[in-house]
Amino acid sequence: MKRIDITKEALKVVEELKEKYGELIFHQSGGCCDGSAPMIFEKEDMYLDESDILLGELGGVNFYMNKDQFEYWKHTHLTVDITKGRGASFSLEIPLGLRFLIHSRLFTDEENNALGNY
Amino acid sequence: MSYSKPKFKDTYHNFINGKFVAPIGGEYFDNTSPIDNSFIAKYPRSQKEDVELALDAANAAKEAWGNTSVTERSALLNKVADIIEANLEEFALVETCDNGKPIRETLNADVPLSIDHWRYFASCIRAEEGGASELDSNTLSMNIKEPLGVIAQIIPWNFPLLMLSWKLPPALATGNCVVLKPAEQTPSSATLLMEKIAEVFPPGVLNIVHGFGPEAGKPLASSSRVDKVAFTGETTTGQLIMQYASKNLNPVTMELGGKSPNIFFNSVMDEDDAFLDKAIEGAVLFAFNQGEVCTCPSRILVQEDIYDKFMERVIARTKSIIQDNPYDISTQVGAQASNDQYEKIQSYLKIGVEEGAIVLAGGAACKLSGDLANGFYIQPTILEGHNKMRVFQEEIFGPVACVTKFKDEAEALEIANDTLYGLGAGVWTRDAHQLYQIPRAIKAGRVWVNCYHAYPAHAPFGGYKKSGFGRENHLMMMDHYRQTKNMLISYDKNKLGFF
Repeated sequence: MKRIDITKEALKVVEELKEKYGELIFHQSGGCCDGSAPMIFEKEDMYLDESDILLGELGGVNFYMNKDQFEYWKHTHLTVDITKGRGASFSLEIPLGLRFLIHSRLFTDEENNALGNY
Repeated sequence: MSYSKPKFKDTYHNFINGKFVAPIGGEYFDNTSPIDNSFIAKYPRSQKEDVELALDAANAAKEAWGNTSVTERSALLNKVADIIEANLEEFALVETCDNGKPIRETLNADVPLSIDHWRYFASCIRAEEGGASELDSNTLSMNIKEPLGVIAQIIPWNFPLLMLSWKLPPALATGNCVVLKPAEQTPSSATLLMEKIAEVFPPGVLNIVHGFGPEAGKPLASSSRVDKVAFTGETTTGQLIMQYASKNLNPVTMELGGKSPNIFFNSVMDEDDAFLDKAIEGAVLFAFNQGEVCTCPSRILVQEDIYDKFMERVIARTKSIIQDNPYDISTQVGAQASNDQYEKIQSYLKIGVEEGAIVLAGGAACKLSGDLANGFYIQPTILEGHNKMRVFQEEIFGPVACVTKFKDEAEALEIANDTLYGLGAGVWTRDAHQLYQIPRAIKAGRVWVNCYHAYPAHAPFGGYKKSGFGRENHLMMMDHYRQTKNMLISYDKNKLGFF
């Protein structure tokens, strides 16, 4: 039972970035402007600890979200997608003229049970 | 009355050391208008070496600028205000073209407010005084405020000129030099300003570097040659900037957005009068600036006994919003700033409905005709649901409000404070007790009481909780750009007697 998936198009971009930068992580941002979007960084760039929840692995890249935020998100399945655009964060896909974004759907009762969301 | 797209040059440059300078690597990016997705101009795709050039200039200028008299610094800030004012319409047009917001807003809000912020800090720096305390009859403690040195500022794209005008004046007034990176979606008004004020400040005092976050923003924010970083944006980048600052032991200020509650108590409907009309407008202000405001009143909380009647009028007002060509003076809601925003907002509309929210107004993209069909327009949308839904908890940064009911004061506060953020809030009531007690109990840095979305200079603005820290728009911001030199002076001729 997976909490997170990635589209083929987005995975292609992840592969391209991996080739250029090496090991990467995703971190889900919150807040204004370019917030509420997933961001991708070099693995060592961001300090992570037990307050960051690992949601899954996408093409060898771990996807994290802050624990506080996770509490409000955990009942939804996420899919990382890619779109044309120009974000203003430090996320590595931005120079490509692309932005990762999240599509969501509700977990079914069965899935929620399997994930221990209740 | 309608305006049209302003003229631009083909290519613009960074502003470093008082001159326009091409990026060292020779790379540029295309900037487009969200109104019709048309090309505006090429802007520098700067890299670390361009940032270093700007930092060279700022560091070389800081000693002289820090020792320039407050009289002169103040006069120069006023000069900038006068120049923007003399070109108000040009700035408004460029801002509308670059960001997509309606021209009536840039003419009446963005640009006039920007002018006033420059004037406000020009005044503050003249009016303030330092401190001196006589600790005993022979000992005086004297505090002198000194500039930090070189400030890195990274600003967002929702109010490009206004955010620049929140950030630059307090830093410059207090004698700092600045390297500022505008958002890559909206580099135009900062560049226009540099063209107009190129001669105002000594070279190196004010530097603008364009480019992408990972290539130019990160080297700026992480440089050991800056003394402070001021950032407005989202939480992950905020966390990264704080990490970089911790390595340099640098102070930071952060403004990171919110999910602001706008609370309507039943007394607003005691009369059908001008105040009720104001309250209804207050609810509809979620659509202001296409919802691309850190303090967007995106959660409307309405007391249950007036819910149906009140919402009926809010929905009617929302449906009457004119969404059209942003260059037309009658347009009230324009385009979202970029395609990725446009896509993100739609993905939230989808999950909102899937979570069971009911669409009371809007709910989809807005398709305009002609060239505007290529632009990024979203209908002002009201979703009815409950506070645990993701659309109630995440900043959508679009013209989307989520509405829910509450029973009493306690429940209103519980819902209002059930959020990770604490930037803004609104309270609407005719009850004198609620007017004071409710705002005090809300965990947010700015509570608008019987009003919303006013951002005057002279009223401190900043966040609680995950919305950040620091208070802009107020003289207290000057202390975020300074350090205190304490001189402890003895007028005693006699030794301690220890040695």
